Amino acid sequence: MAVDNLSLEAPSGKITVLVGPSGCGKTTSLRMINRMIQPSSGTITLDGRDTGRMKESELRRGIGYVIQHAGLFPHRTVLDNVSTVPRLLGMDKTETRKRSMELLERVGLDPAFAKRYPAQLSGGQQQRVGVARALAADPPVMLMDEPFSAVDPVVREQLQDEFLRLQGDLGKTIIFVTHDIDEAIKLGDQVAVLKVGGHLAQIAAPAYLLSHPVDDFVADFVGRDRGYRALSFQPTPRLPLASERTVSMGERIGGIDADWVLVVDDDNHPLGWVEPARLKGEVRSETLHRGGTVARASGPLRAALDAALSSPSRRGVIVDDTGALVGTVKAHEVLTAIEETSRPELANPDNPGAPAA
Amino acid sequence: MTWFLDHIPEVLRLAWTHAYLAGIPLVVGLALALPLGWLARRYSWLYAPFTAGFGLLYTIPSLALFVMLPLFTGYGILSPVNVVIALSLYTLALLVRTVADGLGAVPDHVQNAATAMGYTRGKRFFAIELPLAVPVIAAGLRVAAVSNVSIVSVGTIIGVQQLGLLFSDGFNRDFYDPLVVGIIGCVVLALLFDGIIILLARLLTPWQRATGGRA
Repeated sequence: MAVDNLSLEAPSGKITVLVGPSGCGKTTSLRMINRMIQPSSGTITLDGRDTGRMKESELRRGIGYVIQHAGLFPHRTVLDNVSTVPRLLGMDKTETRKRSMELLERVGLDPAFAKRYPAQLSGGQQQRVGVARALAADPPVMLMDEPFSAVDPVVREQLQDEFLRLQGDLGKTIIFVTHDIDEAIKLGDQVAVLKVGGHLAQIAAPAYLLSHPVDDFVADFVGRDRGYRALSFQPTPRLPLASERTVSMGERIGGIDADWVLVVDDDNHPLGWVEPARLKGEVRSETLHRGGTVARASGPLRAALDAALSSPSRRGVIVDDTGALVGTVKAHEVLTAIEETSRPELANPDNPGAPAA
Repeated sequence: MTWFLDHIPEVLRLAWTHAYLAGIPLVVGLALALPLGWLARRYSWLYAPFTAGFGLLYTIPSLALFVMLPLFTGYGILSPVNVVIALSLYTLALLVRTVADGLGAVPDHVQNAATAMGYTRGKRFFAIELPLAVPVIAAGLRVAAVSNVSIVSVGTIIGVQQLGLLFSDGFNRDFYDPLVVGIIGCVVLALLFDGIIILLARLLTPWQRATGGRA
């Protein structure tokens, strides 16, 4: 049996991620929601209505669906692909066209793509069209089956970020399937970890899941560096920032008595580090050390720690929301801040294995 | 050459009947093959008996079919209707497998997406599966067209009017001009059919041109 006795609730306006190893029945579970697969028993309700009693095609037109390779219709232009469901619903043609063009822009595609065919687009672009197509009839519910796993990691991260931004605007009820725990943690408002056979191992908010896996299976699945990754959910507290000596491009730094100096542009945005002791002449683009990451002061602790760990000077660069330099911080100072934060509280201390929301 | 110039009207008349005797069965055969091919795809247990069974039709010698058909259809043995029916069967024999395979070549993720968008089975066939199967079906249709043009000439033996009559005429009189004209006529007709099918397929598949056939 692919999925046995699975029971869970996906709250309206939130992203629920189903994650698990291959064969755990996550896709099967997803497809039971729009009845691409018929459950042998049990009920699935949508806003209190039993989907088993609705007409299949009508149920599906009310649910957006995005799949791994986008599943675009190769014989239709991008615009016609996006217009699919509104046209099936018999909506006005010119109105649909207009809305589809807006959606293309919304998912970050140039309107010039409207007349092209899917094969003329890159994988990432096709996936954007797939998302636009799912959104076209403005369905309250979206099902997404590994939508970002077939694109390269850089594009995937972009798509994920834009997806979160879009969801921030739209507030759809989304059920998202992935085998990638990092994606689940990043995107989910709640994450359901499934075992083979569709057994629900644990369902919880991502930060809780990382702090309190209920059993070895979940602990293994969420990964070895979960302590570090949990910092993604910890906002950075006020850190003891040191002011940094900065120079601009083209400046001569021979006389400066410091191990490392930070180079900034005219807007005080950090560009990289230089070592006065080793640098003869002026600061040029080729002489910059760019190894260090930059963390926003309002970002998560993980970024602040990474900035400190990756900096060639061992001083992590912290910027404000406009990207302008605020100061630098050392790794031990970030660690002190981490020690002072609290982890998500265990919902039921007497029985740590009990599922918690 | 002078023979041809003296007989242009007659050659054209024969070519025209030849064309519709070969052409009508293409349309009839395709119209029948579409639902049968769809069934073979829809119910997988039908695929083997359908493709093999209809394929067998093609192994019946055309002459035998021309002679046998009047017994079933009630049309006189010299009636061109028998030729049309026989060739429709041959077209069907070639196209059932082609249609089934063409529909089967539509990628699963595209089919799934169509279902999930809320296409009913019938709408999905006409809006998604059939258009995407056009290149494969057109390829099968080209084979059937050329085969039809050549088999029509067998009708000579039962006296049906078409270009094949020129072969027997030339042969009987030991005078090769009509024979050569008949052969050239058949080749030109076959090329015409081929060209028309290629053109239609191109018109029906604008995405293939735009993407250089990658879709």
